[in-house]
Amino acid sequence: MIKAFINARLIDPATDLDIHGSLLVENERIQAFGANIDIPADADTVDCEGRILCPGLIDMRVHSVDVAAALAGGVTTVILQPDQTTIIDSDPIVERIRSRSVGSDTVSVYPMGAATQDLAGLQLAEIGQMKQSGAVAFTDCRKATSDSQVARRLMEYAGYFDALIVQFPEDKSLAADGVAHEGEVASRLGLEAIPSAAEAIQIDRDVRLSELTGTRLHFALVSSREGVEAIRAAKKRGAKVTCSTAPHYLHLNENAVEGYRTFAKVSPPLRAEEDRLALIEGLADGTIDTLVSDHDPRSVDVKRLPFGQAAPGVVGLETLLALSLSLVHSGKTNLMTILRSLTETPANLLGLDTGKLETGRYADLTIFDPEKPWVIDAEKLMSTAKNTPFDTLPVQGQVWKTIVGGKTLFTQET
Amino acid sequence: MSTHLTEQAPYPRADVFPPSGSLFPHKHLLGTWNMDPTSIKFLLDIADRYVEQNRQAKKTTPICAGLTQINLFFENSTRTLMSFEIAGKRLGMDTISMSTGSSSIKKGETLLDTADTLNAMHPDALVVRHADSGAVKLLSEKMDCAVLNAGDGRSEHPTQALLDALTIRRRKGKIHGQTIVISGDIAHSRVARSNIYLLNAMGARVRLVAPPTLLPKDVDRLGVEVYHRMDEGLDGADVVMMLRLQQERMQGAFLPSLREYYRFWGLTSEKLSYAKDDVLVMHPGPMNRGVEIASDIADDLDRSAIREQVEMGVAVRMACLDVLTRHLREGSKT
Repeated sequence: MIKAFINARLIDPATDLDIHGSLLVENERIQAFGANIDIPADADTVDCEGRILCPGLIDMRVHSVDVAAALAGGVTTVILQPDQTTIIDSDPIVERIRSRSVGSDTVSVYPMGAATQDLAGLQLAEIGQMKQSGAVAFTDCRKATSDSQVARRLMEYAGYFDALIVQFPEDKSLAADGVAHEGEVASRLGLEAIPSAAEAIQIDRDVRLSELTGTRLHFALVSSREGVEAIRAAKKRGAKVTCSTAPHYLHLNENAVEGYRTFAKVSPPLRAEEDRLALIEGLADGTIDTLVSDHDPRSVDVKRLPFGQAAPGVVGLETLLALSLSLVHSGKTNLMTILRSLTETPANLLGLDTGKLETGRYADLTIFDPEKPWVIDAEKLMSTAKNTPFDTLPVQGQVWKTIVGGKTLFTQET
Repeated sequence: MSTHLTEQAPYPRADVFPPSGSLFPHKHLLGTWNMDPTSIKFLLDIADRYVEQNRQAKKTTPICAGLTQINLFFENSTRTLMSFEIAGKRLGMDTISMSTGSSSIKKGETLLDTADTLNAMHPDALVVRHADSGAVKLLSEKMDCAVLNAGDGRSEHPTQALLDALTIRRRKGKIHGQTIVISGDIAHSRVARSNIYLLNAMGARVRLVAPPTLLPKDVDRLGVEVYHRMDEGLDGADVVMMLRLQQERMQGAFLPSLREYYRFWGLTSEKLSYAKDDVLVMHPGPMNRGVEIASDIADDLDRSAIREQVEMGVAVRMACLDVLTRHLREGSKT
């Protein structure tokens, strides 16, 4: 049975394709696409009514496999962080996670393995075996690998397997017990604070180590102007570094934690307005490579606590696309840049078989209406917890259908 | 009869002044941030009357008889707890105090569950101290009764700021226009924060003097002048407030030693000579003699208001408890 998605605006960031046309899917794979292709008479036809059809979105940083939320957000592939109840630090665990999503109709899950055992930053984890079992990158998740010697060995060793190392850019001793950005708001609220320099210092050190070892390196979440500048300088020198940021850093600043709002407590912390603007600029000029949701469902039990004790993290899968598109609507960047950061770039970094429109490729697709307005309502989110700081925010751009392996797994009710 | 206003009806007018019915239109006392000068003056005026009452033989006026006050202290304290307890008792309240040792927080109960439990006991005023910034505000969101912040983390300690303001007003006649120096561990001090907000609201000129390691980032944006040297900061000061230096600050590499701190930032007669002759010296207590303040200054009754501050503390807390429970005692205005 051939499925035909007709009357769509086909966008493929990998080839800068942006045309009006149709796309055919047969046996889980893309069979053909283009402006003037023949639609078989017996095809199962879906009229996209001019909506955008692009490769399925890839979210490089989620802390929980939240299938319903991912599909509702147009995300077809999620990269699970190793900080699970059972830390992902050996090949059987990687295999178990991979086997759950292979061959079943659900969002594709690829785990990132622990870079060091127990995420403790002391001894290397079994990177080679985990890579063979399907781990796509290696990270210590919420902590930087702070010992320089360990970090160096880690990069050298991972380089042999061509494994991507993902570093959390935050200097451990400068960050200490900080929970907010070191600035006016934290000073007034009396919160332990983390200076922006903590990020830049970690990035600078790791860029040097990456240059020393020749290993490619990715920074998990960049939140500050200093961080963006450090990456920009490193790229200019030709270092093999890339980085991500998340929509909340592009939309919110330190003022969001006013009144001790723990729903705006994230790690790294929300920073000053100038940092937010620098991040948007960094995304537009290509310094920031990918956008991630950092999806982290947290129940009210761990959120409704005094700010210092509350767990950091927000849910973001469902709002990832809409919040990212707002930069397009406000003219800060263009649609192709945003979609590239959500599809082609993460696929290339992680070596995935998706993220591009190509004949014969696995048919992971997202169809969305870039203009459609809607209002984020925490209660209506599909995610397992409702900890979003964007409740009641009006946004523009809504996912219509999410297709994994040719099967439509989510359709927005209109 | 319909309560809906027609076009012919006159404009509705409030039959009370101020329109809200109270010069302190708040349910809780959580901090001095954004507190308006009228509310502050109102509390201080009432506290002034309680000062006189507290100096008489009969100190109790049972205007709050029958009301229950719970003092919930998640952090050790003697003077603030005592002060609140005495304040409540002098108003005739049934006062119960609970400290960390006996509370179930240690057993893993969350703050909001504690709030629920307390709510069920129907207190009329809840006084809370907690080690986390913002904890008292969080608790107040769940409580039906008035919540008074007795200090939360590094955030606020409003009754301390009010008692300091009352002390200054009684000694100096007014707060407006006074040059007030706050010196010591500003970064870790809730007293400093509450004082900065309140004194700024009342039109004082606030200066901070501290080593850079003990000043929070961007503190100058809170409307204060920042100095590092005592002689510059104290120049022409009307009031000097010293803050307690916690001994554990040596561990976090904030300071090299107490000796060195005393040398540069300890308040001695020599440094105090830069201030005005009638300078008022204050300290929220407990003092570290020979660390942040020299004994001869602390004990100089003409200049030191440290004992008076403690006395004002009871009066100010009585005023706060009085004002925050007034809606429960309709008709018995005092």
